[in-house]
Amino acid sequence: MMDLYAEEILDHYKHPRHFGHLDDPSLTYHDRNPLCGDEITLELKIADNKVADVAFTGHGCAISRAAASMMSEEIIGKSLDELKDWNKESILDLLGIEVGPVRIKCALLPLKALKAAVWGLGEDE
Amino acid sequence: MKGACGEEYDATMTQSTHSQSTALDVSAIRADFPILARQVRGRPLVYLDNAASSQKPQAVLDTLDRYYRQTNANVHRGVHTLSEEATAQYEAARARVSEFIGACCPKEVIWTRNATEAINLVAYSWGRANLQRGDRVLLTEMEHHANLVPWQILAAERGIELDFVPVADNGTLVLDNLDRLLTPRTRLFGFTAMSNVVGTLNPVKEMTAAGHKAGALVLLDACQSVPHMPVDVQDLDVDFMVFSGHKMLGPTGIGALWGRREILNAMPPFMGGGDMIREVHLRESRWNELPWKFEAGTPAIAQAIGLGAAVAYLERAGLAAIHQAERDLTAYAMQRMSEVEGLRILGPAADQRGGLVSFVLGDVHPHDIAAALDGMAIAIRAGHHCAQPLHERYGIAASARASFYLYNTKEEVDMLVKGLHKVVEIFAL
Repeated sequence: MMDLYAEEILDHYKHPRHFGHLDDPSLTYHDRNPLCGDEITLELKIADNKVADVAFTGHGCAISRAAASMMSEEIIGKSLDELKDWNKESILDLLGIEVGPVRIKCALLPLKALKAAVWGLGEDE
Repeated sequence: MKGACGEEYDATMTQSTHSQSTALDVSAIRADFPILARQVRGRPLVYLDNAASSQKPQAVLDTLDRYYRQTNANVHRGVHTLSEEATAQYEAARARVSEFIGACCPKEVIWTRNATEAINLVAYSWGRANLQRGDRVLLTEMEHHANLVPWQILAAERGIELDFVPVADNGTLVLDNLDRLLTPRTRLFGFTAMSNVVGTLNPVKEMTAAGHKAGALVLLDACQSVPHMPVDVQDLDVDFMVFSGHKMLGPTGIGALWGRREILNAMPPFMGGGDMIREVHLRESRWNELPWKFEAGTPAIAQAIGLGAAVAYLERAGLAAIHQAERDLTAYAMQRMSEVEGLRILGPAADQRGGLVSFVLGDVHPHDIAAALDGMAIAIRAGHHCAQPLHERYGIAASARASFYLYNTKEEVDMLVKGLHKVVEIFAL
C-alpha cells in the first residue's frame, strides 16, 4: 500500500486519541474545509499557560483525523507560546509522510484550528 | 453542412466522416491514446476521471505539433502565407465543430476558453442587456458551479431572482411543477443536459419546449453530452449551448458557445479588444460581425484546430456507438460496484444516465478512496465535483466518481471494483 496510509496513520485514523469532549474547556475552536468537507472542533484545557488537556471531534479523511490525533498527543504540556511557533513542518514531522499539494490542507486543518485557538486566547488577554 | 446562412464560409476541411453506429473497436481506440500506455507507480494507468477531463488521441497531438511546427501565426491579421494558413485551419475547425453539433452555420459558434467562459459570456452580455430587476432565471439544483455562480453575480448586480428545479432522491429532476417555476418573468431557463455528479440524462427537448412556452430562452450546459452522444442543437431547439473541448479529446483552453444568430447579433460584445472590432477610433468603435464580435484578442488558435481534430476523431468512432458503449459499461460498473460492502451509488438507474457513477463508501472519506485507488494507478475524482448544492441536497460533503469514455474497458471496471474491496479492507473502522 502507499506511503500516505502508513500503519501509524491508519492506526490513529481508526483509533483516534483524545477524540471526544472535555468537561470544561478553556478554549474551543471550530474550523472546516468546506471544499472537502473536513470538520474539526478542538477543545483545550489551559492551566499555567500550558495545555493541560485536549479533545477533538469532527469528521474528515484519514489524513486530517490522524493529524488531529497525533497533534493532540503532542501538545499536552506545551506552552501556548511554544504552540504559537508551530508550523506546517511540525505537523508533517508528526505524520512522517510526504503529503502532496492537494492533501496538504487536510493535514493542516487541525493545526489551523490550534493556531486560531491559541492566538485567540492571546488576544483576549 | 446543415442549413444555409447565405454566406460563404471556408469549410474545406469539413467533409463529413460520420460512421455507422457499429460497436467500438476499443483495443484499436486505446492504441490511439499514448497516455494509456503509461504506468503510475509501476502499474498500468486506469483512467476513470473523464467527466473532469479526457485524454487526447495521437491525431490531436499530431495536429497541435504540426500547427506549431509548420503553420504558427496570428489569425485574421497577416497577409502572409502562414497567417492565411492559420486562419483557414482555425475557421475550418469552427466549421467542423459547427457541423458536429448540427448548427445552421459556423458563425453561430463562438470560441471561448471553456464552457464556464461561455456561460459567463451569456450572463455578462445577454444578461446585462436584457435582464431587469424582478426578472427571473430558472436553473436546477444539479447545476455545475459554472451554471450557478455567473447568475448569482448577475442576480446581486441586477436584482434578478433565481429559481431552481428541485432534484428528487433518485437524482432525477422534479419536473411536475415546471410550469409554475417558469413564471411570466422568467427570461432564461439554464440547465445541464447531463448531471456531472449523478449522471442523470435530462429530458432536454421537453424542458426546452416548456421554457419556450413560457417565453424564456433556453441555455443548455452540454459539457457532459456533446463529448459522449449525438447532439443536434437545431433538433433540441435550445437557444444557447456551451461545452468544453478538453472533455471531448481536445486541448484545454478551448470551448464554445453556440447561440442562435439573431440572439447573438442583438447582444453587445463581451470583451473588447483586437479582432472583435470593425473600426476603432479614439472614442468609439464599431463591432465586427459574428462570430468574431465575441472573440477579443488573439484566440486559442492551436487549441481550436486541435479541437477540430478531436471532433474528427469522435466522428470516425461514431457518437452513437460511443454512447452505447458507455451505457453498457456503466450498467456493468453499477452492477459490479454494488457488490462492494457499504457502497452506495448516487443517482438513477443505469438506463437513465450517461457514463459515470458517483458513490459513497460507508464512512470512508472520498479523498481517502481516491488516494488509495491512486496507489493502485486508478484515477477517479473525489470531492464535490463543482456541484456543492447537489451534495448538500444529499446531505453529504463529498462523493467519489468514476467516469468513462470510449477507451475504457470492462477489465478496468473490474480493477476498480477490486480496488474498492481493498479500500474497504484498509479503512473499515
